[in-house]
Amino acid sequence: MMDNRTDHDPVTGTETTGHNWDGIQELNTPLPRWWLWTFYLTIVWGIGYCIAYPAWPLIDRATTGLLGYSTRAEVEAQIAEVDARNADVAARLASADLATLERDDPAYHYGVAGGAAVFLAHCSQCHGAGAAGALGYPNLLDDDWLWGGTLDAIAATVRHGIRNDTDDDARWSEMPAYGEFLEAEQIAATTEFVLQLSGQAHDSQLAASGAIIFAEECASCHMVSGAGDPETGAPDLTDAIWLYGGDREAITESITNSRFGVMPAWGPRLDEVEIKAVTLYVHQLGGGE
Amino acid sequence: MSTISKHRILERSPTLLLVFSLIVVSIGGIVEIAPLFYIENTIEDVDGVRPYSPLELAGRDIYVREGCYVCHSQMIRPMRDEIERYGHYSLAAESKYDHPFQWGSKRTGPDLARVGGRYSDAWHVDHFIDPQSVVPQSVMPKYAFLADARLEDDLIEDLLATHRLVGVPYTDEMLAEARADFHAQADPDADTDGLLERYPGAVVSNFDGQPELTEMDAIIAYMQMLGTLVDFSTFTPDETR
Repeated sequence: MMDNRTDHDPVTGTETTGHNWDGIQELNTPLPRWWLWTFYLTIVWGIGYCIAYPAWPLIDRATTGLLGYSTRAEVEAQIAEVDARNADVAARLASADLATLERDDPAYHYGVAGGAAVFLAHCSQCHGAGAAGALGYPNLLDDDWLWGGTLDAIAATVRHGIRNDTDDDARWSEMPAYGEFLEAEQIAATTEFVLQLSGQAHDSQLAASGAIIFAEECASCHMVSGAGDPETGAPDLTDAIWLYGGDREAITESITNSRFGVMPAWGPRLDEVEIKAVTLYVHQLGGGE
Repeated sequence: MSTISKHRILERSPTLLLVFSLIVVSIGGIVEIAPLFYIENTIEDVDGVRPYSPLELAGRDIYVREGCYVCHSQMIRPMRDEIERYGHYSLAAESKYDHPFQWGSKRTGPDLARVGGRYSDAWHVDHFIDPQSVVPQSVMPKYAFLADARLEDDLIEDLLATHRLVGVPYTDEMLAEARADFHAQADPDADTDGLLERYPGAVVSNFDGQPELTEMDAIIAYMQMLGTLVDFSTFTPDETR
């Protein structure tokens, strides 16, 4: 084998491999110096990296590296850095009484801007990215509030949620499914009365008998006037705003099978500042009381 | 020079080259993979993590069957932006009973590692039936058929037994009660004491709002428990991990 290597190509003077195909010889051109040195350098770099960063597994844990790098510590430091940057204004918001917080207070601006981010991350999936809601999920832009639109009421709703099983202080009410105790004709009559309440086209004869059923069955929560009651989350039936639809079919369905909208409690997921921030954000969208 | 030239022996014999390559790759594999099975900081134990309840496990199978993992990951990485959006970063222990795991970083849809409890059951039903009805900008396909697909219980015990075979600590009691637990979790009127004792923190609800047990019930039961098992108010991260 060594014998072959003594051959040199007469033209370039380069060593040959000894392979010979029909008189064509294969040259054993050495690797370029720059390539070889780069290769050696990566080996040296690799050794250095093993020393600096967590690398080799030992008996009960891996080597931790001279730099003490840890993903968990790094992300903790990043979060701490941002928290420290906001610490003053966040503390101001945390201790502030939202109702008396001035509009030109930096804590107010911090709350509205931060609240918008909280809203997009946690609330927009149901209430919509622009807070306009969807069928079954309340619009937060208008001044029609199911459970009250004051800052305190909004904060309480965010913190405890509505009709969930996880928070004992969740807002709670349960409309009966009247399909179980009213006849279809009675439900039809009540539907006509609700249509009348909201100023829609209706059968006035049926509505007159529906008014009697409404007074007996519905007025305790929805009020005699039909204007609703934020204490029980009973919607206002006199306006044109409908959570589950306001046509004859949707109202009949609501009376027959009732509705049971659930909102999770955000107290366990959001901190105090985030709850206050998203409260300020929702309140200033247009309908805050 | 002589060692270098001995390398030519390997280079010139395909069989020897193959054998020695295998040896080199095996050393690499043993050094990189084997320690993961015994080094303590890769098998961190965390309070609260439990095997999936039968209904959750069935839901998980539907999740895998429908290829949800193609768009959704279940792994919140330790990065500030992910923690702000999704919650505490995922721990290895939280997916220790996952066969197969659902980690990943390709997200056409959001990460689902902590989606449990974030939305109401009714939202999940609306969203599976027609995602765009609640999230107009979503590109998720409709999964309305899940609400019509009846879920049978005849294989549930075998499903648990199969997971036990690959190391999930299902007890004999869990296997014996599998069928009962399977039905009880989707029935708010059922006696669920045993279920909740075996699977603490399981969410009991008629998830899809229909009297029958459907695939919709199972997948929502699975959604509603994701990432809820570990109480992070009492969890102290070990920074070396």
